[in-house]
Amino acid sequence: MHHTIEVQALQFAYPDGHTALRGVDLSIAPGEKVALVGPNGAGKSTLMLHLNGLLQAGAGAVSVCGLSIRAETLGQVRAAVGLVFQDPDDQLFSPTVFEDVAFGPLHMGLAEAEVRARVERALAAVGMGAYAQRVSHHLSVGEKKRIAIATVLSMSPEILVLDEPSAGLDPRARRGLIRLLSELPQTMLVSTHDLRLVAEVFPRTVIMDQGRVVADGPTARLLGDPALLDAHGLEPV
Amino acid sequence: MLFKPVQLHIPDGFLSTPVSIIGWVLLVVTVAVALRQTRGQLGERQIPLMGVLAAFIFAAQAINFPVAGGTSGHLLGGALAAIIMGPWAAVLIMTSVVAIQGLIFQDGGLLVMGWNILNMGVLTAFTGYFVYQLMRRLLGEGRNSLLAAGAVGAWLSVMVGALATAIQLGVSGTSPLGVALPAMAGVHALIGLGEAVITVGALTFLYAARRDLLSIGETAPGKASASWVGVGLGIALVVAAFSFAASPDPDGLERVAEDTGFLGRALEPVYNLFPDYTLPFISDPLVSGILAVILGTLIVFGAAFLLARVQGSRKAGA
Amino acid sequence: MLHIDLADHYQRGTSPIHRLDPRVKIVGTLLFILAATLLPPGSWAALAVLFLGSLGVAWQSRLGVTYALKRSFVVLPFALAAVTLPFTVPGATLAQVGAFVISVEGTVRFLSVLVKSWVSVQVALLLAVTTAFPDLLWALRELRVPRPLVSIISFMYRYMFVLADEALRLQRARAARSAQGQDPRRTGGSVLWRGRVAGGLVGNLTLRAFERSERIYNAMLARGFRGELKTLTPPTLTQFDRYALAGWVTFLAMASLIGFVFAR
Ligand SMILES: Nc1ncnc2c1ncn2[C@@H]1O[C@H](COP(=O)(O)OP(=O)(O)OP(=O)(O)O)[C@@H](O)[C@H]1O
Ligand SMILES: [Mg+2]
Repeated sequence: MHHTIEVQALQFAYPDGHTALRGVDLSIAPGEKVALVGPNGAGKSTLMLHLNGLLQAGAGAVSVCGLSIRAETLGQVRAAVGLVFQDPDDQLFSPTVFEDVAFGPLHMGLAEAEVRARVERALAAVGMGAYAQRVSHHLSVGEKKRIAIATVLSMSPEILVLDEPSAGLDPRARRGLIRLLSELPQTMLVSTHDLRLVAEVFPRTVIMDQGRVVADGPTARLLGDPALLDAHGLEPV
Repeated sequence: MLFKPVQLHIPDGFLSTPVSIIGWVLLVVTVAVALRQTRGQLGERQIPLMGVLAAFIFAAQAINFPVAGGTSGHLLGGALAAIIMGPWAAVLIMTSVVAIQGLIFQDGGLLVMGWNILNMGVLTAFTGYFVYQLMRRLLGEGRNSLLAAGAVGAWLSVMVGALATAIQLGVSGTSPLGVALPAMAGVHALIGLGEAVITVGALTFLYAARRDLLSIGETAPGKASASWVGVGLGIALVVAAFSFAASPDPDGLERVAEDTGFLGRALEPVYNLFPDYTLPFISDPLVSGILAVILGTLIVFGAAFLLARVQGSRKAGA
Repeated sequence: MLHIDLADHYQRGTSPIHRLDPRVKIVGTLLFILAATLLPPGSWAALAVLFLGSLGVAWQSRLGVTYALKRSFVVLPFALAAVTLPFTVPGATLAQVGAFVISVEGTVRFLSVLVKSWVSVQVALLLAVTTAFPDLLWALRELRVPRPLVSIISFMYRYMFVLADEALRLQRARAARSAQGQDPRRTGGSVLWRGRVAGGLVGNLTLRAFERSERIYNAMLARGFRGELKTLTPPTLTQFDRYALAGWVTFLAMASLIGFVFAR
């Protein structure tokens, strides 16, 4: 059985010379739900951008669903990995909610009827069915986050990669998000600073610091190790 | 609320039908060229980058600073956009800005939108870019040259946009040229100062923070077109001035004036409302208006040029 | 310091005018303004008919007959541009104020410009109020406005409020810091200094815009964008749309006829 996500010795430096990843190893099996935690600047977002080919590995290898990331496989990889960005204002770039959720399927080349059906399903899955014709800039942060997830669900990805989905949510919206993440069947890699969310939803946790994976194991064990958490700027729950 | 950056948004009804339609035709051609040029310049990023920068100019127009007596300085942005991104990209940016202002906020009419975009988006972009590049070439590298070039480019861009507006109003018979030209020139000589100050402030910031961004405009397509626009504008102004000033036959001049309907009987007293624009040795108001504009332009141009030179040599000496 | 009308004028509704195809509304609005602009000066009867037409649309839109009327005075400041007409157009003397001669012809021209402008802005306003902007966008695309331009405008519409918010935040941050006045020479500041500060905000906003556009571009790539934007096909015109457009054109033709027949 292949791993859904397979990252080996990944290194990456930004054009300004800043080294953000210094040899990351990570494998995720189908159906796993994995939390990615670590202090600001650890390299979480940078790693996620590699998972659907927005950044190209400086050294090392990344493969997704058995496909190594090359120009020819980029289309397949992007359909397989649903990447949701940290700021929903970047994710939702169309004037209306409908157009945003339709963007992915439309650019996968699907027929119009199929696109419309997928939009409806994706919005229903995040509980935003009534919002299709709404204009994005009038939505609340919580609504935007949910719709941001719908914009990739409509592409029926195998893997969801979410960058800080709970940032800026009020308690009720956060509760709703926790329920949504638990219910969604996809393989998941989710970065967050919210360790209580990690404890509730994710069986496995990966800790990153300074461009490396410094710990990887069952959430209960990692979160129950105050010395480890403290060493990487995390606070025990 | 009242969101009125510069009084150049002509409403419907103020321009005649033929004038309006000519504006649309010119605009369609310009935008078609601009789309092709920026596609080559920016590739796949064209749409998101142009769209976000248009949103940026819209937001930047809302930033203002109090001047005096309840007035405030603000930005139109055509010159700034052109200096940063090149003239063709600026055309697309400003087209979007003016189109949205007309469609959503009724700032500027729809039938006259062609000219509104040409005045505020195309003429400003090309004038600003041409002057900026020219002065950079003359003054050399360095911060002072950047600031002088930005200031003059921004000021002139507003002036040219305003004068073009005046001419359209004149040709449409909405306002006599002899009144509209000097009035628009006078008001926008001041408004242009606000434009210059903000543009320079923005360029200073970018020069300090991200100098690399300022090189996008250097290499952008449109240098040649900008030169043609610049040369064309220069020639138009000079020819206009000389043909009037050198005309030995005052009756001929009078007739031209009457034919175009801008020298009515009542013109003299009205014209006295704007004595600042009458040069003492020339009696014809239109001629002196145009000459005053040219003279003002040359003075501002020269002053900024000298200032940059002096500052530059002081730095070199120190 | 920041003056911006952050809400667009669109009012949700289900009136016949709201439901009309946006293509029909755009074409109808432009034809109306064209008809008004074409009228010779002093076509009061025709202008009155056009005005009634705009009132009729306002009534049908269920926003209240005077809705657009009350909001249509935005054109007044620009009237200044035409205010010299009564003095400069030669003709019969209407009145004399000191050295100024006010002519009948000039006054008629001036008032015509004002009224044309005023009725035009009313229908333009009704278009904006009864049509969601995203609907206007696809209509523009269907009306052969170049697709990339429509897409650029659509991105601008999406982000103008986001960037205006950022501008507002930058301005607040600047205000909060300058209140402490570390530099006594700069407290309050000269006009030039205030202008430079505003310019610095604009420069800062430029950087944010560039960064934002890069993140958006990435988000587009992540969802399969390959350089060409695709859109769904819009609905076709209904019978109702066709009849409405035909009726409107007939009405405008009649108004024009009145204008030219009764021209002086
Ligand atoms: N576009 C960029 N250019 C240069 N350096 C960058 C860029 N983006 C990120 N970096 C740097 O790379 C490092 C890793 O950044 P990254 O955004 O991946 O961290 P993160 O773990 O997601 O942090 P956070 O929790 O704050 O989101 C940081 O030091 C950051 O400053
Ligand atoms: Mg991050």
